[in-house]
Amino acid sequence: MTNSAGALELIQSVEQADSPARLVAAVRALAEARLEAGIPSLIAVLGYNNPEAAVAAVEGLVQLGEVAVPLLIERLDDYNYGARAYSFRALAAIADPRALDVLLSAAETDFAPSVRRAAAKGLGNLRWCQLASQQRQPSQERALKTLQLLSHDPEWAIRYAAVVGLQALAASESVTQTDLVSPILARFKQIAQTDADLVVRARVWMAQQQLKASSY
Amino acid sequence: MLEPSTKQDSEFGSPGSEPSGAEALTQEQALANLTHPDLSLRYYAAWWLGKFGTTEPQVVNALIAALDDEADRTELGGYPLRRNAARALGKLADAGAIPALIRCLDCSDFYVRKAAAQSLGMLGDPVCIPVLMKLLEGGVAGSQLVPGRPHLAQPSEAAMEALEALRAKEAIPLIQPFLEHPVERVQYAAARAMYVLTQDAVYGERLVQALAASDLKMRRTLLLDLGASGYLPASEAIAHAAVENSFKIIALKSLLENHLKQHSSGCLSPEAQQVMTLMDTLL
Repeated sequence: MTNSAGALELIQSVEQADSPARLVAAVRALAEARLEAGIPSLIAVLGYNNPEAAVAAVEGLVQLGEVAVPLLIERLDDYNYGARAYSFRALAAIADPRALDVLLSAAETDFAPSVRRAAAKGLGNLRWCQLASQQRQPSQERALKTLQLLSHDPEWAIRYAAVVGLQALAASESVTQTDLVSPILARFKQIAQTDADLVVRARVWMAQQQLKASSY
Repeated sequence: MLEPSTKQDSEFGSPGSEPSGAEALTQEQALANLTHPDLSLRYYAAWWLGKFGTTEPQVVNALIAALDDEADRTELGGYPLRRNAARALGKLADAGAIPALIRCLDCSDFYVRKAAAQSLGMLGDPVCIPVLMKLLEGGVAGSQLVPGRPHLAQPSEAAMEALEALRAKEAIPLIQPFLEHPVERVQYAAARAMYVLTQDAVYGERLVQALAASDLKMRRTLLLDLGASGYLPASEAIAHAAVENSFKIIALKSLLENHLKQHSSGCLSPEAQQVMTLMDTLL
């Protein structure tokens, strides 16, 4: 158990790190301590342009889970797409449906492909059961609509991420309505026949196989 | 490796190396500009035709004529227009350009020779194999850095890449010594070509091991090499390399494409599924 003096020390050592190696070590230590008070520092690290430290910070935020979500949303960095992509990877992995709105708008309108890919994957994967039952279906339908849109994007990696999102949405336990699953399967069939990119088609083959296997 | 690097640029949302206002030109204007008094317009027109031009004979012939340009010279005696024309002819994929490109392999300008070698590889005609092999005949000794210049005496890397693309197994004994070339980058080009031509895992592993030791810029290039090699056991090493996710995704994509093209049975192997599972984690 870390006392509050120890917590302060961990946070300060991130803020005062004077070399990339010390920063990475300090972020790892703070992430492992799983301190709620460390959340702002971990989020700040996402913008330091140090991939190793950012990956460690994302891991720490994901382990903290839902408690990190409000600040992650509030502090999305509008001016640094690298930082934003890490934030969305964290939000996607935590899968708290309170992130739905920011995920939708990032997936549809962000200029940075890395941000849109992370958001697309996250959209399919949210823990829908945490939503009130009357909100669940409309939210899933919005996610579906956005992912379908992305599955027509000119960039292959966005379409690939849309397939990953659509597969997760179709496999979600709280999705039982066929009116959600059948449009996904129909879109997959279409992509498998028409997509210009071999790897996007291959990803659909895998999604089709895995969905089929899990439905038995 | 001109093609993958332009793809990376678009991945990072930067404008890349394309001059602005590209859409403003028509093919007629570009053709006319190839002989314009303003030399910079000639240079741009050659690039434009490679990017947006059609393979009509008049386009190909105009670019072939530009390979003999004498007007556009650098201070060091280089031929900028010839370089761009040679690159453009590779992209236009018209076999009619092959004899002219082969002549370019004797040009005094290193960068013209390099562009011609790359384009001959892209055109995919095995008839080019003997002339490309000639570029390697001096061995490592004949392919040292030119004093005061940032390049070797011959475009050895480009030649190996082209021979790899042409699946020229007869070039294996010529490529092998380059594994010991003093320039690291050339060693890796040799390892990649050796893997493609022999399918011997030793050469794929050499690239994987280099990933751990090299600096960031070299790691990025190595990822693209591994992707192009189609050496599937490299997928884990690519996914965990200390490089930006966008590079890893591109490398895994090209790895998978090369694999799928070789095994086009329509069903997915466990290895292919493994590559995609890794790609999913990088989104």
